Amino acid sequence: MRFSGFRVLREGLTGNRGWAPHWRDPEPKSDYDVVIVGGGGHGLATAFYLAKEHGITNVAVLEKGYLGGGNVGRNTTIVRANYFLPGNSEFYSHSLKLWEGMEEELNFNVMHSQRGLINLFHSDGQRDAFARRGNAMVNQGDDAILLDREGVRKLLPYLDFENTRFPIYGGLYHPRGGTARHDAVAWGYARGADARGVDLIQNCEVTGIDVEQGRVTGVQTTRGAIRAKKVAIVVAGRSSQVAAMAGLRLPIESHVLQAFVTEGLKPVIDHVVSFGMGHFYISQSDKGGLVFGGDLDFYASYAARGNLPMVEHVMEAGMTLMPMIGKAKVLRSWGGIMDMTPDGSPIIDRAPVAGLYLNCGWCYGGFKAVPGSGFSFAHLIATDRHHPPAARYRLDRFATGRGLMDEEGTGAQHNLH
Amino acid sequence: MRLRCPLCGERDRREFTYKGAAVALDRPATEAWSADWDDYLHNRANPAGETRDLWQHAAGCGAWLVVTRDTVTHSIADVRLARGEGTA
Repeated sequence: MRFSGFRVLREGLTGNRGWAPHWRDPEPKSDYDVVIVGGGGHGLATAFYLAKEHGITNVAVLEKGYLGGGNVGRNTTIVRANYFLPGNSEFYSHSLKLWEGMEEELNFNVMHSQRGLINLFHSDGQRDAFARRGNAMVNQGDDAILLDREGVRKLLPYLDFENTRFPIYGGLYHPRGGTARHDAVAWGYARGADARGVDLIQNCEVTGIDVEQGRVTGVQTTRGAIRAKKVAIVVAGRSSQVAAMAGLRLPIESHVLQAFVTEGLKPVIDHVVSFGMGHFYISQSDKGGLVFGGDLDFYASYAARGNLPMVEHVMEAGMTLMPMIGKAKVLRSWGGIMDMTPDGSPIIDRAPVAGLYLNCGWCYGGFKAVPGSGFSFAHLIATDRHHPPAARYRLDRFATGRGLMDEEGTGAQHNLH
Repeated sequence: MRLRCPLCGERDRREFTYKGAAVALDRPATEAWSADWDDYLHNRANPAGETRDLWQHAAGCGAWLVVTRDTVTHSIADVRLARGEGTA
């Protein structure tokens, strides 16, 4: 089934009776070449690229709940490539290019909107740091424009420029940054993977990983045992639990990150804006809700809800940046569970068990990474070699101290990112 | 979330600073680098359920505390002074 303008028109005129389900609901087979644990954005993208780029289609994606029901459906939908350090820079650059071709590649409208992202700065030192970051982005081949105060004022006239504590000196503008419809990304990859023969198996929780003589042989699930030559763990938010089934301890601590959305409003915020006073960022969804968030609650948690001090902090930051949002009513807030690594960067690597692969540690940046992560992880699984843009996401970088990627420069320790 | 400091009584979460898993109390005996150090610095059990972690009553008495709590429900089972808890 392909989407097209003609098809939408024809279905509209004939009562929309011609649409079929987007993917099958197969029973699990007894064995596969590759079993992917986790049917979120990253897992589904991995399955899609395994089939499309490497011709590996005897693949199952096992999902405990429903497809896309985890963090890919709980984030603030921002897509960008404004990283600074080698390792992150080329990876997110590659991922953004995949975003730009995604809708055609998947024949699916993911509502990718490159509305531009602006990181504000509030001091001379911060300006220098952002100028340097912008240069790194340009060197990587991406786009970055350093705006002065008047440049920001043209784009974002509603900000409080004269704030006494955090006057706005300017911003780093990343025109290709933006947002996308988060669920649609999972659905698009699911549909593309299913069409190429991948079995998407929902309501199937992995309860054990079988390892014989140092090599993975399959998984135990709530729907029976499944043998597999290779097993890929892509379960950010629950990585420690699933890896423990194979006897691994990961350099990950799970934290809760809250997000908020207001009632639907007329268009007012045309970009993605981040406030440099701390961690506050905001955009407006196509439905009209203001979507915003801030920092972690900063204690280990799997509760998928946060505490009130951080709610207060985020609201204060929003009011400081753009006092007008005080009139908006918050409709709901929620929390997502983040795999936090010591240096704030992810892991895409082989596990120390043959045939077992790890994709985890996305901290709070997993959504924009979905296509790049799937592409690079599929490459690793298929070829047993690192894909160059993701080659630095090694598991052993903490033990060796080599190649740590600490974007914030706060140190490679837990609870600092 | 409120924590009951053994010295000050029950106080708001904002008075406390989170450090991380209480593994920090079990520093490896040898100074030479080993897998124990990697485990101590980086790797975590990271349980979904009961956990022991270190907090400091930073805006109160300054004491370091070992908090036993549930990471899924946020319920607090026990708070005690970290002093003397290390070599378990």
